[in-house]
Amino acid sequence: MSAAPQKAKPGAEQIPVTVSAVVPLNELVTRFEFKRTDGQAFPTFSGGAHTVVTMNDDGRTRLNPYSLMSDPSDTSMYAISVRRDDNGRGGSLFMHTRVKVGDQMTITYPVHLFSLDLRARKHLFFAGGIGITPFMAMIAQLERMNGNWELHYSVRTEALGSYVDELRYKFPNKVHVYYDDQNQAIPLEDLLDGQPLGANAYVCGPKGMIDWVHATAEAAGWPDAQVHSEEFLAPAPGKPFEVRLCKSDMTVQVGENESLLEAIERAGVEAPFLCRGGACGQCETDVVAYDGDFIHRDHWLDEEQHADGSKIMPCVSRFVGKSLELDR
Amino acid sequence: MTIQFNEETFRDDYSFYNSDWAIKRFPFPFHEDSYMYSVNMEQHRGGPEGSVYEMRFDVDEHYVSEMKDRAMVLADDPLRCQSLPHMTLAGWDLLELIMVSKSEDYPDLFELHRDGDHWRWINKPLGIDDTFTFLDETTLPYGPMEYITRQAQGDFCVLDQRDEMLWMDAGMVTTQADWSLDFDIGMNFFEWHAPVPLAHEMGIFKRALKFLLNIQQGAPARRLNWTMTVNPLLDTSPENYHKWGIQKTTLTPENIGAKQHLRVELQTFFRLPRSNALVFPIRCYLISFQDLVTVPKWGRRLHRVVRDLPVELATYKGFIDNRPLMLDYLGKFDDGQPTSPGVFPDLDTEPPLGNAS
Amino acid sequence: MSKFQFPESIKSRPVYGTLAPRPGKAHLMIADAEGAEAILELAGQQPDLMAKSHIIYIPKDTGETYTSKLKALKPAQYYEGPSYEASVQRLRHVLANAHQGLQVYLTGTEGLMGQAQNEAMQAGIPHSSIQTEHRGSVARRMQCVHCKGITEDVMHDPFQCAHCGLHLFVRDHYSRRLAAYQGVRVDAEDHGNIPDPVELYS
Repeated sequence: MSAAPQKAKPGAEQIPVTVSAVVPLNELVTRFEFKRTDGQAFPTFSGGAHTVVTMNDDGRTRLNPYSLMSDPSDTSMYAISVRRDDNGRGGSLFMHTRVKVGDQMTITYPVHLFSLDLRARKHLFFAGGIGITPFMAMIAQLERMNGNWELHYSVRTEALGSYVDELRYKFPNKVHVYYDDQNQAIPLEDLLDGQPLGANAYVCGPKGMIDWVHATAEAAGWPDAQVHSEEFLAPAPGKPFEVRLCKSDMTVQVGENESLLEAIERAGVEAPFLCRGGACGQCETDVVAYDGDFIHRDHWLDEEQHADGSKIMPCVSRFVGKSLELDR
Repeated sequence: MTIQFNEETFRDDYSFYNSDWAIKRFPFPFHEDSYMYSVNMEQHRGGPEGSVYEMRFDVDEHYVSEMKDRAMVLADDPLRCQSLPHMTLAGWDLLELIMVSKSEDYPDLFELHRDGDHWRWINKPLGIDDTFTFLDETTLPYGPMEYITRQAQGDFCVLDQRDEMLWMDAGMVTTQADWSLDFDIGMNFFEWHAPVPLAHEMGIFKRALKFLLNIQQGAPARRLNWTMTVNPLLDTSPENYHKWGIQKTTLTPENIGAKQHLRVELQTFFRLPRSNALVFPIRCYLISFQDLVTVPKWGRRLHRVVRDLPVELATYKGFIDNRPLMLDYLGKFDDGQPTSPGVFPDLDTEPPLGNAS
Repeated sequence: MSKFQFPESIKSRPVYGTLAPRPGKAHLMIADAEGAEAILELAGQQPDLMAKSHIIYIPKDTGETYTSKLKALKPAQYYEGPSYEASVQRLRHVLANAHQGLQVYLTGTEGLMGQAQNEAMQAGIPHSSIQTEHRGSVARRMQCVHCKGITEDVMHDPFQCAHCGLHLFVRDHYSRRLAAYQGVRVDAEDHGNIPDPVELYS
């Protein structure tokens, strides 16, 4: 059309923010609160959305997605909760050890990949550990709309039960908590049985829990379209490997603690991306040639594509072998 | 910015007219001398000053009369505005988007005062001054989507986003190019586009869908679409086709300049925050052939586009029978000279009409 | 056998499948006329389904042809109705009291499947999980886009709207919500010029 073309930068719109609170909840989880540096209101969002936080770790730039857990109608602040992962790439460690109140950071506009289905007659939430975060925002939103919801929250121990007290105090009849160390498990089959037609189930937590909910619901005859899940894949570290970027005519070493996408960006090559968590498809990259094995960790490509080596999702996936050439 | 609003009709006596200002800023859709479908999306982040691309929701001289015509269409057929029950939240998102945008972009015409959830909206051209509670439908005379789109030019499709797909679950559709909201409501992206020839095979809709699913808050997009209409009739709906279809047969070499109109849709796409829906405004601009050819480049180019358009497209766009008449007329304004790339008139550089070749 | 091969068409034209047993707490089968054959085949695939099944059957012109065979399946509930319209109240009641885990199987004419599917969707079941299998008549439910009236059992193109009398051509554009195809005035651009009707799919 050429009316007034503007080249789009990869990723969602950025917002400069100032850290307004750092609240450790327990040994593993800390909440971070942000205010806009320019003092304006944040955009409101749909519960379940996440933001991508840019971290400048001594010159190494990392981008990590975190669910927004604050009430969407409170536009004076955004809040996220981060679970420390000592075996990860270093993103959560950075947040826990280096971020202080008053720090200037950059986060993105909300990205919506995990949404409420507003047609649902009832919303059944299943949370595992840090998976509670998107539900905090969804619950706040549904409460304003007089929505019909129920939460079943599985935590390891009482000490590690982030937000349990707050949730049980506010919603004593709708929140049910199960402690792993007391051998309490979500009675999933019973819960799914007898729900009204049009009820929807949502699960956020470890892969095993997500697979379990999907499988149990399917066996009980629930339509697939009414079971929603979000699994945040933090790009896991792995053996370093080399990649050749054909279009940019350069070769890059992907370090142990950076993702393939981060390595491409470090080399100064602009590659499209959005969610940074293997779910949205924006960073899909064509493989020109390869001699080795892919470690696909994404939720975007299908089984065939995972098998035929034609594409890779660099935000979360890796490679092991002799050579890899990408169309970037 | 002061706009002189026309008093004009889009039916019966068709007193619609474009001022010189409107003609020069008309969104001519062809950037080259031929046309084929493409996923011609770009960012909707402003444009040349005074152009239809500059503001988020363009307001022009036809505003007041278009809204009057809309009110008449709705009185006649309320089914032109429908919202499935789960889309009310998206309606509020849209109301906020339009009120904030218009009050910021046209402060002389629109004002929005907000005190928490207590809002006051002033629409000077339409003489509206309403106070209401945001998110409380009982404080507005209509549902939020209907309320605000009765005050905004163009059609609005509000699309729910579920299962990696877009669903036409609400809309205000009174200026459409021959499709029915009442029939299509509830359909998904591929289904409502099902009747468009050739485009599916070209993979156009698959690519477009992928793009639209990823439109983020704060990053709207836009594209242009076009068709032809005899007489400046906004309501070219299937519902009324049994009445207006016959107007296509009233063209003559003498009246075609005044009656035949190029109809361009400026389509924009905004992500809505609370509902995660996508709103798809379709703003309709009309220009008569005789006004269009006063811009020499456009006259040359339109002749070539219409001449070389594939039969399937000319048929689908409804003007295959009138094509010969159109070419006879437009041929007089094509002297064979080259045209500059891009859509703008380029009056400073494009030569005036020479002898027709 | 009464299975018709519909020619490939535009994306909004429904495509029907073959009924297969699925895991679920309860099973609701709705069929008209020759659709009974598909129910019998479904039961053949998994006989123990019947103990949890509710069959709603409208024989139409097939009269007694299938009724004893269907009853012999011993479904948990069996209803035979004189028309789809007469069965709607029952259908709505069943859906209103159903729980997640209900599987719905529709078979027979497009008109029956479309309308029953719409009822199930209104009750909260996504259309993508409602199974359909076409059997029997290929007549269509048509909506006149001008007067909005629905004309049943249309077998010719063009046809006359049963409500406003306009002659309409038959489009493949289909609305799930209305459970009907679209009919548009055939002589809008040349009043009075109405082509001779041609049978559908001929």
